[in-house]
Amino acid sequence: MTETRLETRALSRSFGALKAVQEIDFKLDAGARHALIGPNGAGKTTFINLLTGVLRPTNGSVLLAGRDITATTQAERVKLGIARTFQINRLFRGLSVLENVCIAVAERVGAAPSMFYPAGRRTDIIGESMELLETLKLADFARHRVSELPYGRQRLVELAITIGLKPAVLLLDEPAAGVPSAETHIILDAIERLPEDIAVLIIEHDMDVVFRFAERVIVMVGGAVFAEGTPREIEANLQVRAVYLGQGHGARRD
Amino acid sequence: MSVDFASNFISILLGGLSAGTVLFIVSVGLSVTMGLMGFVNLAHGAFAMFGGYIVVLAMNRAHIGFAPALALAFVTTAVLSVLLERLLYRRLYRAGELDQVLFTLGLIFIFMAAITIVVGPESQPLQLPAALGGQLNLGFTRYRTYSIFLIVIGFLIVSGIWLAFERTRIGAQIRATVDNRRMAESLGINVDRLFTITFAFGSGMAGLGGGLGAEFLGLDPQYALKYLVYFLIVVSVGGLGSVAGVYFASLIIGILDFVLKLYLPKGGTIFIYALTILLLLWRPQGLLGKKET
Amino acid sequence: MSSSAFPTPAPAADTQLGHPAAHLLMTRHRFRWWEALPWIAAIGFYFAFPDYLGFGTELLIAILFALSLDLALGYAGIITLGHAAFFGTGAYAVGMLAFYGIWTEPMTGLVIAAVAAGVVGLLSGLVLLRTNGLTLLMLTLCTMALLQEGANMAHDYTGGFDGLPSLSIAPVFGVFEFNPLYADTQYLYTLAVLMICFLFVRTLVYSPFGQSLTGIRENLLRMHAIGSPVRRRLVVCYTISAAIAGIAGGLWAQTNAFVNLSAFDLDRAATVLIILILGGYGRLYGAFIGAIAYMALEHFLARLYPTAWQLGLGLLLVLIALFARNGILGLGDVLWRRYGVRHAAS
Repeated sequence: MTETRLETRALSRSFGALKAVQEIDFKLDAGARHALIGPNGAGKTTFINLLTGVLRPTNGSVLLAGRDITATTQAERVKLGIARTFQINRLFRGLSVLENVCIAVAERVGAAPSMFYPAGRRTDIIGESMELLETLKLADFARHRVSELPYGRQRLVELAITIGLKPAVLLLDEPAAGVPSAETHIILDAIERLPEDIAVLIIEHDMDVVFRFAERVIVMVGGAVFAEGTPREIEANLQVRAVYLGQGHGARRD
Repeated sequence: MSVDFASNFISILLGGLSAGTVLFIVSVGLSVTMGLMGFVNLAHGAFAMFGGYIVVLAMNRAHIGFAPALALAFVTTAVLSVLLERLLYRRLYRAGELDQVLFTLGLIFIFMAAITIVVGPESQPLQLPAALGGQLNLGFTRYRTYSIFLIVIGFLIVSGIWLAFERTRIGAQIRATVDNRRMAESLGINVDRLFTITFAFGSGMAGLGGGLGAEFLGLDPQYALKYLVYFLIVVSVGGLGSVAGVYFASLIIGILDFVLKLYLPKGGTIFIYALTILLLLWRPQGLLGKKET
Repeated sequence: MSSSAFPTPAPAADTQLGHPAAHLLMTRHRFRWWEALPWIAAIGFYFAFPDYLGFGTELLIAILFALSLDLALGYAGIITLGHAAFFGTGAYAVGMLAFYGIWTEPMTGLVIAAVAAGVVGLLSGLVLLRTNGLTLLMLTLCTMALLQEGANMAHDYTGGFDGLPSLSIAPVFGVFEFNPLYADTQYLYTLAVLMICFLFVRTLVYSPFGQSLTGIRENLLRMHAIGSPVRRRLVVCYTISAAIAGIAGGLWAQTNAFVNLSAFDLDRAATVLIILILGGYGRLYGAFIGAIAYMALEHFLARLYPTAWQLGLGLLLVLIALFARNGILGLGDVLWRRYGVRHAAS
């Protein structure tokens, strides 16, 4: 029986009179590959911010493996196993690709507060980070500064850092955003090869990505869940087409 | 007995208000430009010093009257600030805070050295016009005419600026940009030009304040550094971008400082620093500043 | 092509660790030969310029102070104009204990200075580091001014503006006489303290903790997003930085046998910032280069042409802010990249 990793109950967030997220009940099981789509301003990123603890809800709760984590901070939730990537990269641009991943891994294994031995002695951390880079085909860039990389590869580093945290739940905020189409496959390959057990939620506008990966699609409009189903069901849903797909967002699958 | 206390209290109040008014006139420009552009301009005090020297030199060497000298200070400081802004400041708008601190710190040193070279290191005396000297009979008490004059001028200035902010289009643009810069840009507001205008006005004000306050703050090349912390305190406590905020903060700090210097001349100002720290911890955005989202 | 799951971790981690990037990270902390140079030069100075040992001691103290600031500014990105708060705390801790005859042993005196300054750093850090930007800058300034005024107010104990003169410090190890007449003892003593503190800072910088500080400086939001307890790290870093600044202040009081309010001056805090920027922050050795460059120039120019010195300094700062924000070491990097030998490791 698959476990429910992440769950929300009547999760809501308002900004004054603006109801950005309304009463969302949501479940993400182990091994899930879900996509969250919706027009701009539908509240998708707000929802992710609520899940990760960047924002506090005005109502409702967030549960991780059955435990209520609504009151925890962003950093605490990372320790509990929720990790996310951002729409715009947040990387250590002046540092090497390898070091970017090492910092995340070091944080995860609890080495980061140690002051009295060189970081270089932790060959376990460095080894694990290099392996991760190998798997994501970034090993050739390990030595380069992130700022020197083409944008598509930088996006991949963003993903590498997040995977290095070995999360139970992975939230990807438009992983292909800003990536030139010639490089998109790099991201797609990496997402395809994520460990099977991780529960993954992807926010995307690119319908190619959605149809390729998602077992389940959730459509969000105006802060509420508008429709839910398999990609085929959503694609065939006339209402969704009218509100979203029909307006020329993303590519249509023919 | 109680009459003594009352008149003592009044004279302290008036002394503090006039000191606070000078603080306000100098600092209002800093508050608005920092709220507008987020640029840490530590050299603002140097502009005030510059204006003060213009007034003093104009009066002592060119024998120009007080009012025209003040006007001259305003204009020349504004022009100088525009030159510096166009040539140098704007290269650092995107730069980090550290670079801005270093740059403006460097400007302070340059101003200080330049003035020492051109005018000399001694403190410059300022002779007030006869009309503003002496004491004024207010009915219930007598007090220095100049201090009353300052308080009145300060009130007129803050009212004028406040009206300009509320009633004119450019005032609305400034308020919008302080509130949300990206939104203002997308509405078509030319933020760069707005900033130059505001910077010029704010620096001109600083120069004016330097001239008005020269009589009791003194005027020597150390001015820019000596009073820097006070300008920064008033701006932070009042809230960046808030004219009313910097006015109230200035008056409060002015009175407080006056009282402390009177009763606790050795180290009394510790309370101003302690209060500033406590206030900024309680409200990092200052009294009337906007909250960081 | 490749399987859909990650390959099981290969035990042959050597191939991974052999990668140049991994090799760089694993060996970065090793001592390079040229790292001995500053110390050799310092010893050489001792023999070559026996008449300038007073200046030399001043220089070493400036290096230590700048090094302490580098921890806070260069590695954690805490922008402060109030670091003299800790210098002054250390100086007065040593000064008052010596003046009232309570404690005159120099080395333990420095430990006391470090603890006192560290406590002030911890308390102010816990409170100040909740803020950032201009607010933080203001608060560091206010804390320093507050301490200065406090010392002024307690003038019955601290000597107020005039300070505490003629401090008597016990001989080092009970043997080597310690007063400004014995400049050689003071120089070597200061050099030894600097070396110990430097080794400590160097270890810290190359440790996982130091790496996380760099992460905080490079991208604060990313550190939050990987679960790093950022504020805790910043407070710890600030406390250590304060303690070392306190040692510098203690040394200053001991070697001058004198302490006064100037220990808390804005001028002093601004100068140490300039020194660090001049040499290059976040670089460990920037403190050395900056202090040498600044103090050498100041020693010769400021005395002769004080106004020209101030003007030149101002121009230098403006130029640095506009064109050379990484200081001398940064310029050195640029030149090395353009004209130097291309190394395998960057």
